This record gives sequence, structure tokens and C-alpha cells, in this order.
Amino acid sequence: MTQLPQFEDHAAQSVKTTTCYMCACRCGIKVTLEGEQIRFIQGNPDHPINKGVLCAKGNAGIMKQISPAKLTQPLLRKAGSERGDGEFEPISWDDALDMLTERLQRIRETDPRKLAYFTGRDQMQALTGFWASQFGTINWAAHGGFCSVNMAAGGLYMIGQSFWEFGDPDWDHAKYFLMWGVAEDHASNPIKIGLEKLKRRGCKFVSVNPVRTGYQAIADEWIGIKPGTDGLLALAFVHVLLKNDLFDRDFITRYTNGAQLVIQNPGTGTDGLIARDASGEAQIWCLDQKALQPWSNIDATPALFGEYQTPDGVTVKTAMTLLAERYLDEKYSPAAVAAETGVDAETIERIALEMAHVAFRETITIDTPWTDWAGRKHDKFVGRPVAMHAMRGISAHSNGFQTCRAIHLVQVLLGAIDCPGGHLAKPPFPRHLPPPVKPARDTAPNTPLSGPPLGFPTAPEDLAIDDNGQPLRIDKAYSWHAPIANHGLMHMVIRNAVNEDPYPIDTLMLFMANMAWNSSMNTDETQKLLRAKGENGEYKIPFIVTSDAFHSEMVQFSDLVLPDTTYLERFDTISMLDRPISEPHMACDSIRQPVLEPKRDVKPWQEVMIEVGSRLGFPALVDEQGKRKFTGYNDFIVNWQKSPGVGFLAGWRGSDGNKHFVGEPNPSQWDAYIENDCFFEHHIPPDQRYYRFANREYLAWAKEVGFNAHDGPIVMELYSETLQKFRLAGQGLYDGPCPTEDQDKQRLVTYFDPMPDWYLPLEQQQTDSDEYPFFAVNQRPMFMYHSWDSQNAWLRQIMNQNYLYMNRVRGEQLGFTDLQWVWVESNSGKIKVQLKLMEGVNSDTVWTWNAIGKQRGAWGLSDQAPESNQGFLMNHLIAETLPAEPGLTNSDPVTGQAAWYDLRVKVTSAQTGDGKSLPQFESPGKAPGLEDSAKVLRYAVGKQVNVKRGLKDIIMRGWR
Amino acid sequence: MKLGLVIDLDTCVGCHACAVACKQWNASGTSGPLTDYDPYGAEPSGVWFNRVRHYEVDEYPKNKTVNTPMSCMHCEDAACVTVCPTGASYKREEDGIVLIDQDKCMGCNYCAWACPYGARELDRESGTMKKCTLCVDRIYDENLPEAERQPACVLTCPSHARFFGDFDDPNSTVSEMVRERGGYAMMPEAGYQPTNKYLPPRQNVKTQTHAKDPQAETSEKPLAQIQRWIAQQLARQE
Repeated sequence: MTQLPQFEDHAAQSVKTTTCYMCACRCGIKVTLEGEQIRFIQGNPDHPINKGVLCAKGNAGIMKQISPAKLTQPLLRKAGSERGDGEFEPISWDDALDMLTERLQRIRETDPRKLAYFTGRDQMQALTGFWASQFGTINWAAHGGFCSVNMAAGGLYMIGQSFWEFGDPDWDHAKYFLMWGVAEDHASNPIKIGLEKLKRRGCKFVSVNPVRTGYQAIADEWIGIKPGTDGLLALAFVHVLLKNDLFDRDFITRYTNGAQLVIQNPGTGTDGLIARDASGEAQIWCLDQKALQPWSNIDATPALFGEYQTPDGVTVKTAMTLLAERYLDEKYSPAAVAAETGVDAETIERIALEMAHVAFRETITIDTPWTDWAGRKHDKFVGRPVAMHAMRGISAHSNGFQTCRAIHLVQVLLGAIDCPGGHLAKPPFPRHLPPPVKPARDTAPNTPLSGPPLGFPTAPEDLAIDDNGQPLRIDKAYSWHAPIANHGLMHMVIRNAVNEDPYPIDTLMLFMANMAWNSSMNTDETQKLLRAKGENGEYKIPFIVTSDAFHSEMVQFSDLVLPDTTYLERFDTISMLDRPISEPHMACDSIRQPVLEPKRDVKPWQEVMIEVGSRLGFPALVDEQGKRKFTGYNDFIVNWQKSPGVGFLAGWRGSDGNKHFVGEPNPSQWDAYIENDCFFEHHIPPDQRYYRFANREYLAWAKEVGFNAHDGPIVMELYSETLQKFRLAGQGLYDGPCPTEDQDKQRLVTYFDPMPDWYLPLEQQQTDSDEYPFFAVNQRPMFMYHSWDSQNAWLRQIMNQNYLYMNRVRGEQLGFTDLQWVWVESNSGKIKVQLKLMEGVNSDTVWTWNAIGKQRGAWGLSDQAPESNQGFLMNHLIAETLPAEPGLTNSDPVTGQAAWYDLRVKVTSAQTGDGKSLPQFESPGKAPGLEDSAKVLRYAVGKQVNVKRGLKDIIMRGWR
Repeated sequence: MKLGLVIDLDTCVGCHACAVACKQWNASGTSGPLTDYDPYGAEPSGVWFNRVRHYEVDEYPKNKTVNTPMSCMHCEDAACVTVCPTGASYKREEDGIVLIDQDKCMGCNYCAWACPYGARELDRESGTMKKCTLCVDRIYDENLPEAERQPACVLTCPSHARFFGDFDDPNSTVSEMVRERGGYAMMPEAGYQPTNKYLPPRQNVKTQTHAKDPQAETSEKPLAQIQRWIAQQLARQE
């Protein structure tokens, strides 16, 4: 072989590992550096999440690092300039932090709620939530309220886990896979790795999605459902399974509350609650003894069906009887739901029967003995190899919470939860239903909250409302408007604060949240709200602080901008106290370490948190003399303990680093992580890998390491007593807080159904579907999924303009032609965009790529960039309140999840005009300190060594 | 040796990871930099060796989406080499990789016109043509861990839709996959004998349906059905 030259100067290169942050997957990466430049970012083959692979975003990390939109110094809105005009003056960090501390000090001394602190796609909610709690404000949340709280809450209140960060399909054993509403995202690499595994094993992959792009491309069957009707489809599956007696009775009896007895006493405060004995234990009907017995009495023989009488003469029915009565009704039959869902009856029935066949005729077993919570020995794990995954398309509807429950109901009927081939929890999940944390409600000057701002209500008395039933939080989370708003309602903060509803605030502090653009519904209006002033000439939101690494749209609307580092320049923890990077059979957490020095005057936000918290004298951060306990973030992470022996990082605890999960602080813990490629993994022993909701050894371990408060079984709730309590409150029958407003009562009665049900999304109930004939949804392309910052120079070459996509057949019927301009109008707004016709979309649905559109002047893009001239946001069409009930949030009435997939629109022809989308936004100009955007980019590291073609080769072989 | 790629269209989700990994590695690779023009402006474009195209096959509602990554096919009878007036383009004798000697290329674009696969791109800054090198600067680099001596696109592919190997070796993974899955060359009618092969999306994956409950076929009312289940559970007790 011809000698090849030495291409790489390996002697000049070094490799560091860290954790990617181009989206929310948190893959392990190896970064090869040459000097102070990045030669190559690749997946770490040893990492539990991505196992060596890396997506398009991760591969474009260099372009994020060199983005001209990087902020370089703290900025203060120029005196006399208007908010949103983007006129700033540099300010030193000392002055900026003094200014911030002084302001926050004043708020904390008077009314800590006047600080609203909201974070976007941050991966340190355990830290930011801790900070808010120490500050003493209940007005904190992250972006889950417009992302996926429905999915999280639906699962955590029903099966003790969920999809995405909470659980995964068993990619290694599933034989049938149903993917619901996954919009090219959530997750990235793990799903791609998993889909390949499934397909190589011959597993059938069915996708339920109005649009056939992304993952749906490789589905064996595409169900192009109408948006927002997935719950109805799932309940039709339930109908078919029940009708044909195809459900796992033993599984339901043993592991769920299906056999528990529900009181039938309409018009009283006990109606629909679970029958309990004096000690509060849920009761079942024992067929042998013909009497009530505690569910936990394993010697009893529980009836799964039937109506019985308690000794007091109260009629009770098993939960499963109520479910069967509900779903056997013809209104859930495939024929009855076909028109609403857009899926034909034969297909619905066939898929249900296919799942049943795989679950019950292709059952798999893993011959590992295990013991359940009651001490019963099992010689093997029985697997019902039907797996599912669901995400945004399910979540972002106002019926999403109940839809998630309907999907979980299908899984439970099949016995396909945490079994081989089914849906596997990821530690620290499964947890008890729901996790035993209540949202904080009381605030007082200079006083930390009694607990975290966010938690899991189980009854009306857990709400954050005052004695008059009025919301205590600025976003009205945990009020009658959204009682189980476990992730808050970030999308309501700006509007509520400007309307001083329920009260005015002083300071809005945002981290990684682009609320002036694609992270708000109704963007144009939101920008106006950010500029709104009162009669006194002062801004309605007096002070806005933003931490961002890049010149986002939100930066322009801020009074104080604190520049963050990039992900390659910081320490971070992805903590077990949050949603860590665990895999089903591994409990894992991880860190980031800086691989590059920021050459700008910037600070990582977590460092600012610790600094400002120490200055403010947070009890967790200073001693009794007020002296700070921690030198900075790294010191805090290692030495702060949530409870004795438990801290942010689970690995290498103990003074010599040989304890995991629980152990005293280890001063060398960061080093230990760095030596181990920046992650910690604990493998779950084989006998604890399945049925963990009832697996004695697993439950004991989960308690020991602090995942769960006790080691009792996790009983899945097909029937939700929690929801019934809220419903009773709506009926005025609950022995505790009840709403007084009619609309609140009606919502609780209608939507807090203890059994999963389907209803037309709220906005659609109030919108004329003849006038607005199309559903309208959006999704992010895979190569930009969950990437919130920068407009990446490589990725924008793949896409820099979005179109409105419409079904070709439908479009031709309506006389539309490809690439023409159209008006898209909803009942709250109107935009002008360019149309594309395609085959792979439900004929009643239009859609677009989200967040391609940018505001002119942001992200280091030129004023001519297609993102701001032709691109667009669908957000302008989505109101954050309901059309007929402007006082109510356009959100799921249970969880407050922003219902931004409920949109209905009409589409009409438009003149091409100047070939620009509408609305257009003015450029606020460049912020001080930003570098110029290159006209030509020639990124290269080291010396490029050409492979020369030798003269001999040319002579001997001619030109070819 | 005949080195090349197999691309499995059954698992390719069209995520562009391969294209960007290629861009990233090769920016500083043997023929880097790969210039980007107007990267933050009105018409961003640049030199890429691998681009992913998305097609819709058949009509709604029978439509299917197929993602097709395309890069140099390392043809056995490469038109780009035939037309090269300077001898810069050549196919390596040892392994069949088609390369461009950057010192000899004058950027005349003949090769780009000749290539039916769109694999060659002009770098206007260097004035030379550039294309996929099959990561010749990775695959033979003994300083890299052995498992990483693969093209960047193969290494990164999240759905493992890309395989690298020697088509001359009948026992190589790529040869086996092509045999077993009916791998085919793209546009063989052009006559250039592409080395890279594509595996077709699988079709007609069938799952049996569970037999229906015969009693469900009757128009049994829900309550009667529940009564039947209650009777069954009592019968089991006795």
C-alpha cells in the first residue's frame, strides 16, 4: 500500500470527556482538542445514554462554540432607552451582581413572591428549585408546563413512572412497538438506537402521528390520526381488549387498584372514593370469605369484578367493574370512534388484536427467580412484549393528561408495565403514586419555603390557594384553574404579571427561556406585554433579568443580562435529585466539566446562583454568623447534603470515595467523575430488573438509597381516587376546600374523571370547526430538536426557512399550488406564510417546523436571513387564554400543560407581495460586545495534510 | 480491497447526524477546511460531502417516507476520474477510494458535471473540488482506537444505518448484508458501478391477530359480559 501521510498531529491533541447539552438527551461526548480549538466531538462509546453515537446537533457543537451570537459581557439596558429596543451598555460583573443582590434583598425582606424565577430547558432544576425555595418564593418553575407535564403527571399518578426521562420501551425484548405523537424528538439518540434494535429483531413498529416524517418514516405501519384524538383511539383499543376478554387479570389484581372497591354513594362526599378500613387500608372483596379484606392481605382471594355491600350497607364496586362498564360501551367501539379519530374501524380492531396476540401468545420469560413485596417467590419474569412510547403530540393538548392515562391503561391491561418486552421504568422511578412531595404555599419575608415550590397534590387541601380560593402563585399553578400543575405554567407568567393577576411582581428572572419568542404562545402580544407600562410610566414588570449564553430574542427584552457560558465551558451536575440519565437497568448520573476556557467575561449561571444566594444569606449557604459556607458551585455540589449522606451526586461518596448513593461528602468527587468519563452507573442486579413496583429486593434498595420513602409496593391506579377528590370538590361535596366559581366547579366535574376519558380539546370546543377546518401542529426537526440557543451555522444550512405543510390531495381540492403564499388564520391571529404540499400528513391537518423563524437581528443572523424574512412562528396564532373564557388559560384543565397543539386554522390564498412572511419584526440591532458574523467561514484545526497522487501512479495508470 | 459503505434505508430516520459528523471531521481533515458561505446570512451554503435527501414514495394514504443519505459511491468506473483533465482525481489502487489531490486540482468542475450522484462540490475559496474521502485520514490511523478507525458518518449514526467495509471480502459484514438484504446500487444504469450499496426498507411485516372471543361477536351487552366474568371468577373459587 502506498504510504499515507501522517494526517493528525496526535502529539498536539488531547481528549476530554464531558456531557453534551445540544439538547435534553445528555449524551456522553469525547472532545478532541488541538491547542485551544476543538478538533472533533464524538459520542462516548462507554456512555449509557448514547453508547458512542451522536446526533446532528452534537456533531455541530463546534458551530455553537464559535457562534458570533455569544454574549461576551454583562449588559444593562441603556438609561432612557425602551425595553425591547435592544440598547445596552456594558456593566461589570461586580456592579451587576451588586445591583441584582440589592434588588433581590429588598424583595426577600418584604414579599419574596415578587421574584418570579422561571427557567427553560435547564438540566439543573434541582439546583434552581432549591435556590427558589431558599429565597422563599413559590414563583418558580421550569419549562415542563409547555413541554410535557401531561405525560409526566399522567404516568406518575397512574403507574409511578412515565415515558422519556421516566421510562423506556424494552428495546431489547419488545416484539411490538407503538409510538404515539413523537415529533422527531424526545428523545434523540436513545430512540434512534432503540428503533434500530427493534427492527433488527423483527419487531413490528406502528406509529400513531398525523405527520409521516422522522421516526415515522421507518414505521412498518403509519396511523395518520387527527391531532388530539389519541385518547379516543387508546380507549377504543381498551374496548376491543375488554370485549374479547384479552386482559391480564392476574397482573391487574396483584399490581393495580383494579380489585379495590369504589364507594357508590352519589350525592355524598364519599362517592367514588376507595372503601377503606379504620386504618385507611384500601379494601377488596374476598371471594372465599365473602367479605371485605385489606388489599394487602395476600391470603385473600380478591374479586376483580362485582358489586358488593359493605357491613354498613354501602354499595361498592371494584374499580375494574367501573372501567369495564365504561369502556365496553359501544361509544368506545372502533366503529364509533373512526370518524373522530380518522382511523378506520378495521385498523383499530386489528391493532388491538395484534397487541393482544403478542402480549398473550408470544409471551416471553426471563428465567430469573425473584420475590415480590409480599414474599411470594416467582421462578421467572413473565414478559408481555408490547412496548410504547409517547410524547409531545400526546402531551401538548388540553386533553393530554387523560390521554396519557388512556395509553397507560392499554399497557396495564396487557400487563406490559416493567416486564420483559414492556415499558421499563428508569431509576429513581418507579416511585409511589404520586411522589410524596407537596407544593409549598406559604411565604414569609427572609424565610425559605417549607419545601420545594413544586410537588404533587393529592387532594384539594394541597392547592396553593388562599382562604378565598384565590391563586397564590403568579402562574396560578395549583389553583382551581390547574390543580395538578406539577411543572408550573411558565406560559402564563408574563401575562399574569402584567395584569397584576393575582398580584404584581417586581422582578422576573429567566434562565435559558426564550419567552420573548418561541417559548411563548402569542409571541407578538407577549412582546407588547413585556413593553407594557402602567399609568405611572413604569414597566408593569419592573425588572427583567435574563441569563443566556447567546443573543436571543429574550435578551433584547431584558433590563439586566448576565452572560452564561457554553456547555463546553462549565461544570454541571445532572443529578439523581432531578431526572438523571438512568437507563432501565442502570441508575446513572453525570456531570459536565469545562473542556475550554471561556475567553469572555461570562459566568456559568450555577456559579451566579451560589454567589447571589450566599450574598443574600440563604440558610443553606451561610452559617449562623452569616459567613458563606461554600466557596462556589463545585464546593457546594460536593459538600451540601439534602439529607445526611445524600447530595447532588450519587457516585463516589464517602471520605475515600467508595460509597455510592449515600455517604458523607467526598472532597475528590469531581475528580472521580472526571476519571470515569463524567458519569456514574450502578447496574441493577438481574433479580431486581423487572416488576420493580412489586419487587421486594428492588423496593428495599430504592428505599435504602433514598429514591422512595418506604419499601411498600407501588400500586398502579387505574382508578384515581385523587382525581375523584377534586371532582367531589367541584360537586361541592368534598370535605375540604371547594371552588366557588361556577366555571371552576364545572371544570372539576367534567375533567377530573377518575377513569381515563377523552374530550374534545378545550379550544376546539369553543371554535367553529367549519370556519377553521384544519388542525394545526408543529414539530422541531431532528437536527434542531430541543436546541434552544444559537442558530447553528451548519444546521441552518440544512434548514433556514419553514413552510406550512398541507396534504397534497386536500390542497389540490382547495385549489392550492405548491410554494404559493397563504394566509393562516386562527380565532386569535393571522399570519402569512409559504405553503408546501406533501403526501405524509393527515388530510385535516397542517403543520410546520417550529422555531425556525427568528426575530430579525437576533442570534447573530443578518437582517436578510430567511429565518426572519420567510420563516415564521405558528405561536402568533395560539392564544394563551381560551377564546370564550378569556380568564382561563389555554391549557390542560388538570395539569396546566400549555395546549399549543389544540390549534384550529383556516387557510386562504395570499398575494406573494414582497415574498416575506407576516408578521415581520424590527431588528433591535447588535448588542455591545458581539463579534461580527463571518461572511465566509473556514473552520479548520491543525494542518490539513493532502494525499498526493504520485507521478508514478499517473504515468502507470494514465489519467485514471 | 474495495472499501465502501452500506446504507440501510430500513433504519435511516433521516436525522442528518452522518452529514454533520462528516462535515465536522472533514473540516479539519485531509481536504479541509470545507468552506461555508454566508453562514449567518441570506443564503447559507457550504461544502458538504454527504447530504441527506427525503423522498415521499406513493400517494396518500399509502405514502411512505424514505430518507436517502448520498455521498461519493466510490464507483469502480468513476466518471469523475475519467473526465479529470489534470489527473487530480483518481481511484486508489489499494482500496478503491476515489480521491482528489488538492495540489493538482484546478477546480474546473468537470467532475461535478460528470458525477450523477452529486458527490463533488467546488470549494470556491480553495479553488478545488472536494468530496468524500471515506475518511482515509481515520480508517488507517493506528493512533485511533481500532473500533474508531471508521468513517465519521458510520461512527456517529444513531440508528446504525451505515456500515463500512471491504466488498472484495465475501465474508465482510457489508458483503453479507448486501447478499442477505438484497442490497442494490443507486442508478446502476449510469454504468459507473458504484461501490456503495443501499439496503431497501423492509415491507409487509405481519403480526398475527389474537383470536376474538366468540361471545364478543354476539351482541352481548356490557353488563351481561361483566356478569359472565363475575360468574367465572366465582366458578374458579369452587
